[in-house]
Amino acid sequence: MTLLEIHKLYKTFDTAKGKVHALHDINFQCKKGEFITIIGPSGCGKSTLLKAIAGLDSTYKGNIYLDGSEVKAPSIDKGFIFQEPRLFPWMTVEKNIAADLPINKVEIKKEVERLIQLIRLDGFGTSYPKELSGGMAQRVAIARALLRNPKVLLLDEPFGALDAFTRSHMQEVLLEIWQENRTTMLFVTHDIDEAIYLANKVIIMSAKPGSISDIITVDLPFPRKRSSSSFQEIRHIILNKFEKVDELELINSAGI
Amino acid sequence: MSKREEVMLPINLNTNRFLNFSPIKKYEKFMRFLRGIRLPIIILLGWELSGYLGFVSETLLPRPTTVFQKFIELSISGELLQHFLISLRRSLSGFFVGGFIALVAGDLVGFFSKAEQSLDPTVQMIRTIPTLAVLPLFILWFGFGEFSKTLLIAKASFFPIYVNTFLGIRGVDSKLLDVAKVLEFSKWKQITKLIIPSAMPNILLGIRLSLGAAWVALVGAELMGSSEGVGYMIVDARTFSQTSVIFVGIIIFALFGKITDSLIRYFEKRLLKWRDNFQG
Ligand SMILES: Nc1ncnc2c1ncn2[C@@H]1O[C@H](COP(=O)(O)OP(=O)(O)OP(=O)(O)O)[C@@H](O)[C@H]1O
Ligand SMILES: [Mg+2]
Repeated sequence: MTLLEIHKLYKTFDTAKGKVHALHDINFQCKKGEFITIIGPSGCGKSTLLKAIAGLDSTYKGNIYLDGSEVKAPSIDKGFIFQEPRLFPWMTVEKNIAADLPINKVEIKKEVERLIQLIRLDGFGTSYPKELSGGMAQRVAIARALLRNPKVLLLDEPFGALDAFTRSHMQEVLLEIWQENRTTMLFVTHDIDEAIYLANKVIIMSAKPGSISDIITVDLPFPRKRSSSSFQEIRHIILNKFEKVDELELINSAGI
Repeated sequence: MSKREEVMLPINLNTNRFLNFSPIKKYEKFMRFLRGIRLPIIILLGWELSGYLGFVSETLLPRPTTVFQKFIELSISGELLQHFLISLRRSLSGFFVGGFIALVAGDLVGFFSKAEQSLDPTVQMIRTIPTLAVLPLFILWFGFGEFSKTLLIAKASFFPIYVNTFLGIRGVDSKLLDVAKVLEFSKWKQITKLIIPSAMPNILLGIRLSLGAAWVALVGAELMGSSEGVGYMIVDARTFSQTSVIFVGIIIFALFGKITDSLIRYFEKRLLKWRDNFQG
């Protein structure tokens, strides 16, 4: 069952140096409960695409359908995780998760507590964001989005700023959440391993103009092993797709 | 998995809360108090000694003990309390009038750019006029009565709150505004959950500055023309060369200024404990 449909999406930015074709004829579909990762070099339009789907930017040509109806504005149907946690610094963890919803309501309090357990931050409910590490804060941001029971969770390089160790831990947490809640995920990343490790489908984008160059299905069972030969095989397939772009550029764009 | 988790969690942050009650913390607090009080004590001792040894004339610079005696004397007669209460009433009424209007106006120009365009230029123009310079005008228009004094104090306390409320509202992080959009905050929730808390540090700063300004304006108003209040007490004492009474007045001003400031700081600490700033 198709949940999200992107149909002939075009987006150009008018800049002082001329037109930038950030998105060029983007088409893809996302099934309910699917985990899709989007990978591509820096500046190929990944964030632009995600913002359009979120409804944060509606100055594009083409159509985006979520559950059959066209996306016009931001809504809690579409959870968005930014690259940084963006927590409200004056709210405790539990209040951040509840945000505009009343935490003193029993059902909400219960659900918040369940989510705090899910992201494994038991005991931190009344801590302020300044007392959290980057990974902990990002987990709170994920819980905040999950509380709204979004149809799709849009994640824009959510673990990009984390060290390798914390990042792989966060990947486990995210997979766990996905397996438990069956939330549809659209996950942007720079990291090929991360893209393969998480996804049912990897969308490969290329720059100038920003377009989809390939969609690769990853049929490996969970839990996956990065060192397994089938994993490495897919990795090679994807790397080959980047012939034109070459790996060096990918590494550069990852800011390593 | 669980092993990883152990490493990830910093050794429990919540212990901070218990540290407050530990003897080490108490000792540190006491030392901080000592460091703060050291200099004033040295100055007082030197002052007392130089008066005692006759280095300076008692009429120009009465000794701390003389001032203290005077303080007790005036307190017992009830004179001091009466003057103080009048000054307090004046400054508070002026502060509340000016501060309230400033909060409303600051919110207006902060939230609505049309209000900003039509209101702010005028307000900024008036702001540059020194408060004490308009005092003669107020006296001419409204006489020496309470009204002109309240008005003067209100004018002085208006601007810090106005400017800082405006700044605070406009300083809201656009990244957090995006979050509010994605989470579908209602207009009301946007104000109460995002804009007001984020502007709170500025608003509190405005209130603190404004209380100080109100205090200065009060002294100005009372020195210029008044028949009661701490300012009057000082002027009156000068005519009779009662230097110790002048000192008592000054000390009252200083003490009260410090107390109100500490009160605001206390609220700041309570309300802004979420902040993550350099603590020195
Ligand atoms: N507000 C803007 N104004 C003008 N050009 C923009 C704007 N935002 C993005 N662009 C351009 O659009 C292109 C795509 O940008 P986008 O941020 O989507 O890239 P990205 O794939 O997310 O890159 P990264 O991986 O570095 O985050 C870039 O060439 C960028 O210069
Ligand atoms: Mg991006």
